[in-house]
Amino acid sequence: MRITRLAATLGALTMALAVAACGGDDEGTGSGSGASGIEGKASSGKLVIGVKADQPGLGLQTGSTYAGFDIEIGKIIAKGLGVPESGIEWKTTVSSNREPYIQQGQVDVVVATYTINDERKKVVNFAGPYYKAGQDLLVPTASTITGPEALAGRRVCSVSGSTPAKRIQTDYKDAKLQQFDSYSKCVTALAGGQVDAVTTDDIILAGYAAQDQYAGKFKVVGKPFSEEPYGIGLKKDDTAGCNKINDILKAAATDGSYKKAWDDTLGKSGTAAPELDTAALSNCS
Amino acid sequence: MDVFSDPLNRDVYITGFLWILKLTLAGGVGALVLGVVLAAMRVSPIPVLRGFGTAWVNIFRNTPLTLIIFFCYFGLFSTLGLSLADDIDLNNFWLGVIGVSVYTAAFVCEAIRSGINTVPPGQAEAARAIGMTFLQTLTIVILPQAGRAVIAPLGSILIALCKNTTIVGTIGLMESSSAMKQLINENGDNVIPIFLVFAGTFALVLIPTGYAFGWLANRLAVKR
Repeated sequence: MRITRLAATLGALTMALAVAACGGDDEGTGSGSGASGIEGKASSGKLVIGVKADQPGLGLQTGSTYAGFDIEIGKIIAKGLGVPESGIEWKTTVSSNREPYIQQGQVDVVVATYTINDERKKVVNFAGPYYKAGQDLLVPTASTITGPEALAGRRVCSVSGSTPAKRIQTDYKDAKLQQFDSYSKCVTALAGGQVDAVTTDDIILAGYAAQDQYAGKFKVVGKPFSEEPYGIGLKKDDTAGCNKINDILKAAATDGSYKKAWDDTLGKSGTAAPELDTAALSNCS
Repeated sequence: MDVFSDPLNRDVYITGFLWILKLTLAGGVGALVLGVVLAAMRVSPIPVLRGFGTAWVNIFRNTPLTLIIFFCYFGLFSTLGLSLADDIDLNNFWLGVIGVSVYTAAFVCEAIRSGINTVPPGQAEAARAIGMTFLQTLTIVILPQAGRAVIAPLGSILIALCKNTTIVGTIGLMESSSAMKQLINENGDNVIPIFLVFAGTFALVLIPTGYAFGWLANRLAVKR
């Protein structure tokens, strides 16, 4: 009796897992074989854009509205594809679900501080880069830390499992790394003095430094020690859509809407808009 | 699964589950000790102690563990300056142990108390009749019988505790869920295999744990 019940339990478990796995696959291929990628989707007047919800200046959700540089870029893309602003559905993504969301078709494009790298290129297509970020340090205004070399013996904070955290562990072993599950906790700890610096992409740090409650307390060191080109993620096989987005970005660079997107969001802290390097917009595979 | 053939990634995976193991062991011991003391308080004849035990259970059982862990870092450490170790990881580990212990102790206390209710009142009366004090009655007569009656629920609590320890990742320990996030972040092309390996490891360890506790409960049950 006992044995048969055990066997039944295990059997049921295996089946549940198998069904779950199949479900995932079906969804992936099912929506992937739809009409011609992003352009086909856009012709229906709707677009689902995956963005970050917790990064001030880039993608920040307050209530049901989103605001930030990534959001503005998303609006530019939607406009270029002929989708009205009312047809955009914003969807919150976190770093670890961006690839599955694209593959399963839960979002059409991802504009979410999405660094282009080779592993990710294997599963998604990247348009852009629309911005070149770099890892930097956020420190209290009075701090003497001038760059990553000065971190030896100091406590530095980043998000657990993120690329910046990993870089500190491998390249700057003398620094003591504190990890949290969000940058806002890091910034709280920085304000409280439990850590000496917060590290991630300069653009994200600038967003936190520009928040009202921290005005004048923190500064970005301004010596980036990595290159993080931000891309726009979409389905792997959608080369046409990828090229289309690059064309839209090119147009945005010339007609001033890219600069306006910057000035309306991150530019508020006084940083001049970067030049969009249109020559580099050739990442489509 | 070539993600896990890379020794660096395997290291992240192993370290993650070692932290879980350590948190479960330390948290389990802490919760058991605290829980037994709380249960003793809740059945004691002194009203202040009874009130304290009841308050503890009601407060910690009804507060999300995330908040408790968050408070351990930003309340105990940041604001009150309770530093438990110089090393960042060890400090976070012990703060996490405090958090999961006080939380789980509330559940252990209630399990033990329900066990105490299974001991026939005659046992306590007989102990009193031969002149034992309250503490003697509790530790020599009641608790040994009560403990053996609640092995199975304590097992469930231990399993829940083991999974709950992943929340300590929110204050920076690279336990399994943070390790999984890191691997997914670096290997965006292998999200589902990575997820299945981590979920599978938990199931692989915890399912036998559940059966072991069921077996123990049968063996140790007080035959009446």
